[in-house]
Amino acid sequence: MAIEIKGRMGTFMVLRMLTSDTSEVLRQLDGRLTNAPDLFSGVPLVLAPADGLNVTVETLRDVAEGLKERGLLPVGSMNVSEALASAAGLGLIRNLAAATREKPAPAAAPAGPAQVVTQPVRSGQQIYARGGDLVVTAPVSAGAEIMADGHIHVYNTLRGRALAGVQGATDARIFCMDQRAELLAIAGHYQLSDQIDPALGGISTMAWLEGDSLQIQPAFNPGG
Amino acid sequence: MARIVVVTSGKGGVGKTTTSAAFGAGLARAGHRTVVVDFDVGLRNLDLIMGCERRVVYDFVNVIHGEANLNQALIRDKRVDNLAILPASQTRDKDALTQEGVEKVLEGLAEEFDYIVCDSPAGIERGAHLAMYYADDALVVTNPEVSSVRDSDRVLGLLSSKTRRAERGEDPVKEHLIVTRYSPSRVGKGEMLSVEDVCEILSINLLGVIPESTAVLNASNAGMPVILDEKSDAGQAYDDTVARFLGEKRDHRFLTDKKGLFSKLFGG
Repeated sequence: MAIEIKGRMGTFMVLRMLTSDTSEVLRQLDGRLTNAPDLFSGVPLVLAPADGLNVTVETLRDVAEGLKERGLLPVGSMNVSEALASAAGLGLIRNLAAATREKPAPAAAPAGPAQVVTQPVRSGQQIYARGGDLVVTAPVSAGAEIMADGHIHVYNTLRGRALAGVQGATDARIFCMDQRAELLAIAGHYQLSDQIDPALGGISTMAWLEGDSLQIQPAFNPGG
Repeated sequence: MARIVVVTSGKGGVGKTTTSAAFGAGLARAGHRTVVVDFDVGLRNLDLIMGCERRVVYDFVNVIHGEANLNQALIRDKRVDNLAILPASQTRDKDALTQEGVEKVLEGLAEEFDYIVCDSPAGIERGAHLAMYYADDALVVTNPEVSSVRDSDRVLGLLSSKTRRAERGEDPVKEHLIVTRYSPSRVGKGEMLSVEDVCEILSINLLGVIPESTAVLNASNAGMPVILDEKSDAGQAYDDTVARFLGEKRDHRFLTDKKGLFSKLFGG
């Protein structure tokens, strides 16, 4: 067998060009490299002129040459026409577009259909309710991880990790009947079991976000 | 229709092989044609625990590779009728097991036996995966301490997702908990998890509790399944366990300290 073809996961750096002034691009890049010489070393780099920017073959080629002179590894371009890319000696990468979008504004908890789980979620298992809420009626073991784009409800003991609003919904909440969680997180703001008030262990709780601060309070405890 | 029972735990050294030997011998003694299969290729132990290490000629891997037929590799127990073991290979590793090969061997065994007890290796890799893949029932062996419980929990997750029954969407593998090396006095001192704690964390049906006992080590050294030591606490506990598995109702013994009465009397 002469060749093997294998898929590999890796990281691309995307260099977004906000101006078509080659010397300005390279000058600012030099500034970055002085501060962090290893920032781009060995990492494949994709050239991405900003939307509406008028770049010519010469611009693209000059920037790519400039990158190579600095020991960087331009492997392709995006957001340009195929003709322009190949004329500049670069490949055109089409499906990276989503990755360079601005971070979406904090979204509301999505109102998709809820996913209901009735079997125990065991150590090492991971359940993700994409686009909606997650309702678990069985125990969630230590070492298990449950995630939802929306709210999380656990009508049993929660010993594992629960992450609500994982796509950034800051109004997502976590409800559980018996809180012994390793970690609770909403929209990326988390508390480990060490940080959670021990008085909140073993009782029903609700967790939500106030600004950047995760709040956990007793909930629906009769008489409590 | 033969039932395939995997004895598994995730963690090593908790008593899988002891349980496989005792459970297999118990099923056979109850009149069921039973074979115990050692899946721990490369770390063969079951033959020692069952006292037939001098009679191993061919093994599981030989059968998979077509170098021997099942009847040549099966070792019939001399003490208990209806009991046989299929030893693992000591000179190979887990890569010698293939899914098709295991399936073929289990199909062959199913023609002759009522119960096929699969003694799983520790871990969650290839050997353990193949041991559980075709199972109908699972005996999850757990010691009353946190790391063993967590590993058992992990294995329970695999039983509900990585088995043939799970992949085909059939009835799930029936899970049974066996707590081994249980010492009520150490539970009383807070040095061990109680059976209640283990059951609550794992939330599966408790089939048996085997007390920590010198009889287990003695039986292993003598190459005799401990269930055949009918006077010992561990032997009786395994006997109860097998009876419950076969549908009989029996109370759990050995959950309290033998010296309970003594210490009550003297306030100790």
